[in-house]
Amino acid sequence: MTFLKSTLAGSAVFAAMATAALSAEDTIKVGVLHSLSGTMAISETTLKDTMLMLIDQQNAKGGLLGKQLEAVVVDPASDWPLFAEKARELLTVHEVDVIFGNWTSVSRKSVLPVIEELDGLLFYPVQYEGEESSKNVFYTGAAPNQQAIPATDYFLDELGVEKFALLGTDYVYPRTTNNILESYLKQKGISDDDIFVNYTPFGHSDWSKIVSDVVALGADGKKVGVISTINGDANIGFYKELAAAGVSADDIPVVAFSVGEEELSGLDTTNLVGHLAAWNYFQSADTDANAEFVETWKATMGDDRVTNDPMEAHYIGFNMWVNAATQAGSTEVDAVRGAMYGQEFPNLTGGIAVMLPNHHLAKPVLIGEIQDDGQFDIISETDVVAGDAWTDFLPESAVLKSDWKDLGCGMYNTETKTCVQTLSNY
Amino acid sequence: MIIRLAPKRHSGFNYMLRLFLAGFAILCACLTANAQEGGLQPILQNHQEIIAKSSRKTIKPAIDAIATSGLPQAQAMLETWAAKNMWMRKTDGQFFAAEKAEGRSYILTDFDTGESVGAYEKSNLKQLKPNSGVRAMIATALVQFQLSDPDRAKRLAALQSIQRDPEGALLEPLRASIDGEPDADLKVQKHRLERLLTIGYDEDSAARVAAIEEMTDDLGVDVRAALNPLVVTKRQAAVEQPVDLNVAKMLIPGSTALSRDDAYDLLVANNLATPRVTSNDIRNALAGNINGGRVGGVPVAQLDNAAARTRAYAALAEAGTVPALITQADIDAALDPHVFFETYAEPSPEVTTAAQQALERIELKVGLNQTLDLTLDAISLASIYFLAAIGLAITFGVMGVINMAHGEFIMMGAYTGYVVQQFIPDHTLSIIIAVPMAFAVTFAMGVAMERLVIRWLYARPLETLLATFGISIALQQLAKNIFGTQARPLTAPGWLDGAWVLNDVVSISYIRIAIFVLALIFLLLFLNITNRTRLGLEMRAVTQNPRMAGSMGINPGRVNMLTFGLGSGIAGIAGVAIGLFAKVTSDLGNDYIVQSFMTVVVGGVGNIWGALAGAGMIGFLQKGIEWMNPSNTLAAQTYMIIFIIIFIQFRPRGIIALKGRAAGD
Amino acid sequence: MDHSFIAKNPSVLVFLTILSLFTLMVTVLSEGFGIGVISTSFVKTLGKTLCLCLIAVAMDLVWGFTGILSLGHFAFFGLGGYMIGMWLMYERTRLIVVESLAQAEIPPTPAEVVDAIGNQIFGVVGSSDFPLIWAFSDSLFLQLALVVLVPGLLALIFGWLAFRSRVTGVYLSILTQAMTLALALYLFQNDSGLRGNNGLSGLQNLPGVTAGQDMVSIWFLWASALALGLGYLLAAWIVSGKFGSVIRGIRDNEARVRFLGYSVEVYKLAVFSLTACIAAIAGALYYPQAGIINPEEMAPIASIYLAVWVAIGGRGRLYGAVIGAAFVSLLSSWFTGGQAPDIPLGFYAIKWVDWWQVLLGVSFVLVTLFAPQGIGGLFDLWANRRPLDRHGANLGPDDGALREKEATE
Repeated sequence: MTFLKSTLAGSAVFAAMATAALSAEDTIKVGVLHSLSGTMAISETTLKDTMLMLIDQQNAKGGLLGKQLEAVVVDPASDWPLFAEKARELLTVHEVDVIFGNWTSVSRKSVLPVIEELDGLLFYPVQYEGEESSKNVFYTGAAPNQQAIPATDYFLDELGVEKFALLGTDYVYPRTTNNILESYLKQKGISDDDIFVNYTPFGHSDWSKIVSDVVALGADGKKVGVISTINGDANIGFYKELAAAGVSADDIPVVAFSVGEEELSGLDTTNLVGHLAAWNYFQSADTDANAEFVETWKATMGDDRVTNDPMEAHYIGFNMWVNAATQAGSTEVDAVRGAMYGQEFPNLTGGIAVMLPNHHLAKPVLIGEIQDDGQFDIISETDVVAGDAWTDFLPESAVLKSDWKDLGCGMYNTETKTCVQTLSNY
Repeated sequence: MIIRLAPKRHSGFNYMLRLFLAGFAILCACLTANAQEGGLQPILQNHQEIIAKSSRKTIKPAIDAIATSGLPQAQAMLETWAAKNMWMRKTDGQFFAAEKAEGRSYILTDFDTGESVGAYEKSNLKQLKPNSGVRAMIATALVQFQLSDPDRAKRLAALQSIQRDPEGALLEPLRASIDGEPDADLKVQKHRLERLLTIGYDEDSAARVAAIEEMTDDLGVDVRAALNPLVVTKRQAAVEQPVDLNVAKMLIPGSTALSRDDAYDLLVANNLATPRVTSNDIRNALAGNINGGRVGGVPVAQLDNAAARTRAYAALAEAGTVPALITQADIDAALDPHVFFETYAEPSPEVTTAAQQALERIELKVGLNQTLDLTLDAISLASIYFLAAIGLAITFGVMGVINMAHGEFIMMGAYTGYVVQQFIPDHTLSIIIAVPMAFAVTFAMGVAMERLVIRWLYARPLETLLATFGISIALQQLAKNIFGTQARPLTAPGWLDGAWVLNDVVSISYIRIAIFVLALIFLLLFLNITNRTRLGLEMRAVTQNPRMAGSMGINPGRVNMLTFGLGSGIAGIAGVAIGLFAKVTSDLGNDYIVQSFMTVVVGGVGNIWGALAGAGMIGFLQKGIEWMNPSNTLAAQTYMIIFIIIFIQFRPRGIIALKGRAAGD
Repeated sequence: MDHSFIAKNPSVLVFLTILSLFTLMVTVLSEGFGIGVISTSFVKTLGKTLCLCLIAVAMDLVWGFTGILSLGHFAFFGLGGYMIGMWLMYERTRLIVVESLAQAEIPPTPAEVVDAIGNQIFGVVGSSDFPLIWAFSDSLFLQLALVVLVPGLLALIFGWLAFRSRVTGVYLSILTQAMTLALALYLFQNDSGLRGNNGLSGLQNLPGVTAGQDMVSIWFLWASALALGLGYLLAAWIVSGKFGSVIRGIRDNEARVRFLGYSVEVYKLAVFSLTACIAAIAGALYYPQAGIINPEEMAPIASIYLAVWVAIGGRGRLYGAVIGAAFVSLLSSWFTGGQAPDIPLGFYAIKWVDWWQVLLGVSFVLVTLFAPQGIGGLFDLWANRRPLDRHGANLGPDDGALREKEATE
C-alpha cells in the first residue's frame, strides 16, 4: 500500500509542477543544472550562485525582450545518470529556453543525448578535453588548444623544459589531454623516453613515490617539467609532498590545468610560490570590468570568496546568449543559435571573446604563477586563440572539422569531404 | 681566455647561448676597463622592446648587454628585475626600480643615479614580470657578480643557479672563486660543482676522465645529469662502416636489438629506402584513380575487401600511376648493402668509456638506494594504515563489533585539528592541543555510540554493521553541513616541513617520520594497556569469555564501553595525523575504511600484532605493485585488493590467527 | 503444483495484481500511450525503481533468507548494465559509421568499419582499438547471454572461493565489499577497456529504433515490470519449497544444517550465483533507462544502500524488500530533487538537500534498533499475525539469531 501511495504522491507532485509550468508564461526561464550536493557541489555551487547573480543583474537592467528572466535551479547531486533525468525535467516539465550547467565531462556526456533529442540549448562553462561538437551545446570553457597546448609551448619555449611528467587523475579529461600532449610533444621532437605519464585515483593522498619518481627524471641532465591534470582534493596532498621534497618551481615547474583560485583557498601556498596554472581568466586580472565583477561577487557572496575561470565562462556565455536573443528577437533555440555565431563580448581580462561557428570561443590564454596569498600573478598572455573542437594533434581528429554555420556539421571529415554525423555519438 | 664550445649536450638554443657567453666572456675581459659612460638606461633603451616583452626566446641580447656593460649598478639592476620590482614608465618607456607608496602610486628610482624620480600612478606604469625562464637567465648572468659576493646568501644563489643551468662559460669564474671562498660548506659545494662542470665542459679529455672517476661514488642526481648526456647514443644507418665517429656498437638487422622492420624504417628515415605503402595509402590512391566506376579494372563496388584492393592497386602500380608495394624481397634487398650502428654524440672515446663505467657503478648503488627508498615509503604507508586500523583492530578484534563509522571518527579527529587551529594560530601548540582534544572528542562519541546503539546489538553482528553504517552516512553529511564540502587546511608546524634526506635517492618527509613515530607510540601504549593494566586484563578476559568474565566480577558492559571509546579515540588521533599529511574533507574516512578493514582481516582479528602484520603486508604490497607499474597507481590498488581476496582464501583467519577458544567461530 | 503454490502463498497473487494494476495505470497516464499526466522523465524513474525492486528481491533472497550479507550485489547489477551497454553502443555507432562511410567513393572494408567504430567509441578516452572484452559486442544475442553469464560466473568463482574456505558472517561481508571495490577501481581505469570514468553513455537511444523516448520509456517500464513479476515469482517459488527450508536453516544455524548432511556450500553457492544473475538482469534493464553507466554506480556504497533498502522494507519477506527499495529510493529522489519544502526554524532553515542523508542515516539506526522487521512489520499488525511465543527461548539456536524479546517488541 505504502508503495502505491508514495507513487501516487510522486506523480501528483509532477502533475502539479506541469500545470505550474503552463501558467507562468510571462517570464523567460533559464535552467541551471549544477550539482548542489555530492562530490562536485563544491565547484558547481559557485557556478549556480554566479548564474543567479547574472540573472538578477539582467533583470535589474530590464530583463530580456521585455520579460523578466526566471532561474529554474535543479540539483543533479553529482550523480551522472541524474543529470540526464534533470535535463529532461528542465526541458519538458519546466520548459526552459536555455540551460547553463555541468562541470564534469561525464555529466555532459550524460545530458548530451537528452539535449539533442529535445533540441535544447546548453552552455558548458568548464575547460574540457574537446573531441566533441554538438549542435545544441556552446562550449564557453577552454578546449585543449586554448589551455594545454599554450601551457606546453610556454614550458618548451620560456622555461626550456626538455623532459615532461604528465601527472593526472584517472578520468577522461586528463587521459585525452595527455594523449593530445604526448602527440604534440613528439611532433616537437621530444622523444618517448622523455615523457613520463602517471594516473592516480580521485582523492589520491600517497604521493611520496610519485614525487620521487619525478625528481629522479632529472638524472639524464634534462630540465624536467610537470604538467598536472590532477583533479580536486588530490592536489592538496600532491603539493604538500612537493613542498616537503623541497622541489622548487625553479627546479621542476608544475603547470596545473585544474587548479584555480577556489582550489588554492584550501591550501597554504607559501611553499608553492612560482608554480603555474594556465587558464583563460585569473581573479588578479587588472581591468575595470573585472574589478567590478569581483566586487559584485564579493558583495553578494562574502568577502572571502574568490572568482575563477568557469565563472567568467558563464559570464561571457550568459551575456552572449542575452545579446543573441535580443538580436534574434526570440529565445527560440534555432533563432538564438543563428545569432550566436560571430557574437562578441568583452572578456573580463581585456580583449573581446568571439563565438565561432564550431560553438567554441576565441579567447586569449593566460599563464599565472602562484603567489603566497593564494592568487595568481599573470606572467604571460597569448594572442587570441580560436577554440578547436577536434584537435590537430591526433591523427584521427586532425582531419575533422566542426562548422555548424556553413557546413551544418559538427564532425566534418575534410579528407573525404563528408559529414560523419550531425548528432553526437556521446 | 679560450673556452671550449664543443659539447653537444644541449639543444640548439643552449649551444647558441654558450657561444654567446663565450664571446661575452672575452668581451668582458676587454671591456671592464672602460665601462660605458652613458649608464644603464641607454642600454636598456637600446633593448627596450625585448625587455618589455620579457620572453626567454628573445631576451638574450638585453641581458648580455647589461651583464657585459661593466657597470657597478648592473648587479643591483638585474636583481631588481628578477625580483619583479622593475617597472616601465609608459610615457617614455624608461625603466626604474619601483617601490609601492600610498594608494595606487609607486615611487620610481633611477638605476644609474640611485635617486628617486618621484611618485607615479599605477596606471602610468607597467610592471615587468620576467617569467622563471628569464629569471633563470638573469640568475646565470648574475653568477659572475655573485660568486665572490660578500653576502653568503648571494654566493649560494649563484651556486644554485650554476647547478640549475650548468654552462661551460661558468667553469673558469667558478674555478677562480674556489680559493677565496671563506665558508667551508660553500667551498665543498663549489668544488663539487667545479668537478661536474669539468666533466661536461673541460677541453682536456684526461681532466674530464679524472673528474668522472672522482665522482663515481656520488649518488647525486646532478652527477648522473652530467654523465648521462655523455653516453647518449643515436641509431644510424650507412652504406659503409664509418671511421671518424665514436661508435657505441654495431647492430645486426633481425637481432633483438634491431628487428628487420625497424631497420627498414631507419633506412626510410635516412632516405636510403622508399617508404612502405600503408593500407590508408592504398585506399587514397584507389579513391584518386576511379575511372568510369572502375579502378585498375576492378569495379568500385567490389573494393570492400583487402584482397580486391591489393589487386586494383597492383594494376595501378603496373600502369605506373602509383608507387609499387614494398615486398619482403624489397626489404631484404634494401637491408643487405647497409650497416647499422649506434654512435655517441660525445666524440671522445675515453670520456664515453669512463662515463659508461662510472654510470654502471652508480646505477647499481642507485638501485640499492631506490629499494631502500621504496622500503621507507612502504613503512610509511604501513604506519599510516596501522594508525588508521589500530582503533578498528580493537573494536573489531576485541569486541567482534564491526564499526563502519570508524572512518568518520578519523574524519572527526581531523576536523578537530582544523577547529583547534582556527583558535590557536601557533601550529606547534595547536597540534599539541589538537591530539588530546581529538582523542577526547572521538572517545566521547565512541562511548555515546556504544551506549546508545551498539550495546543493543552485541548478539547481532551483521546488524551492528548496518546500524554503524547509518551513523556513518549521517556523520558524513553532518560534517558537510557544518564545514562545507571544500577541503580544509590543517597545517603542520614548521619543524615538520621538509624531508630527511640521506642522499638524492633516499629521502622521506618529516611528517611521515612523525606518523611512523606516532604509530610506534600507539603500539607500545596499546601493548602496555593490554598487558600491564587492570583494564587490559579485563579486556582480554571479556574477549575470551564474556560470561565467565562476568561471573568473576568484571562488568563486561563497562569494559566494552571503555574499549570502544579507546578504539574510537585512537581513530581520532589518527585523523589528526592523516589530516596533516593529506587533506581534511568530509569523505576523508571513506579513503581509509576499506583499507582498514583489509588490514585487520588480513592481519588476523583480535590481536594487535595482527594489525601490525596486516598493515605491513598491505603497505609493502601496494608499494611493490606501484614499483612494478609506475604509471598507474589505480591499478596497484585494484591488484592489491584482488591479492587480498585470494590471500584470505588460504588464511581465512589472517596472518596471525587466534587459536583455541578465543578464536570462536 | 502451481495451484497449490499460489494457494500457499496468497501474497504472491496480491503482489502480481498490484504490479499489473500499477503498470496499467502508469501506461494510461503516460505521455507515450496515455493521457500525458505523468511526464516521461517520471515514467523513467518508475521504470528504474522497478529494476531496483528486482535487485532488492535478489538481495532479500541472499541476505534475508540465506543469511549472507553480500555487499557486492550492485557490482553484478552494474556488470549486467555494462554487458548490454556494450552492444547498445557498438550497434548504435555501427549504424552511424556505416552511413557515414557509405558516402565515401570507395566502399569500406569490414576492417575499416570496425576501426571507425572503435575510433568513435574510444576516441573520447584517447584510444581507437577494440579491447578484447568487446569481442562479442557485435552480437545482441551473445551480449544478452553475457548479461547473465559474466556476473553469474564471477559470483560462482568468488562464491566458490569464499564458501569453500568457510568465510562467513562479517568476514564475508567485508570480502564482498572488497570485491566490489576492486571491480569498481578496475573499471575506473581507462586500460580496462570500458571507457574508464566516462563509462558507456547514450544508452537510452536504442539502435535502429525511431520511436521517441516517451514510447521507449513505457516499453522499458513493461519489461521491468515483467522482469520484477517473474523474479518475484521465482524467488517466492524457491523459498516456499524444500530448498527454501534448507537455506533458512543455513541462515539460522549453518553448522547444524551441515551436520544434517546437507552440502551447505552448494546451497549457498546456488543462491549467491542465482541472485547475481537476477541482479544482472535488473541492471541490464536499469541502465538503458538511466542512459549512462559508469564505475561510480558500482562503488561499495551502492551495495550498502541496497542492504539499507531491504532492511527498512523488512528482511525475510519478499514484499518487504520490494517496498523498501521503492519507498526509500523514491523518497530519496524526492528529497534530493529539491522538491521537498524547506523547514524554516527561524534561526536556521532545514534544507532537505542537505539534511536528507542525516535523516536517512538516523532512521536507519532506529529501524535496526527498534523495528528489525522494517516496514513489512506493519503488515503483520494489519494482518493481525500473532507474535511468536517461545517462553523466552531464543528463536534461533545461536547467539546471532533473533530473540523472542526482540521479535515481539
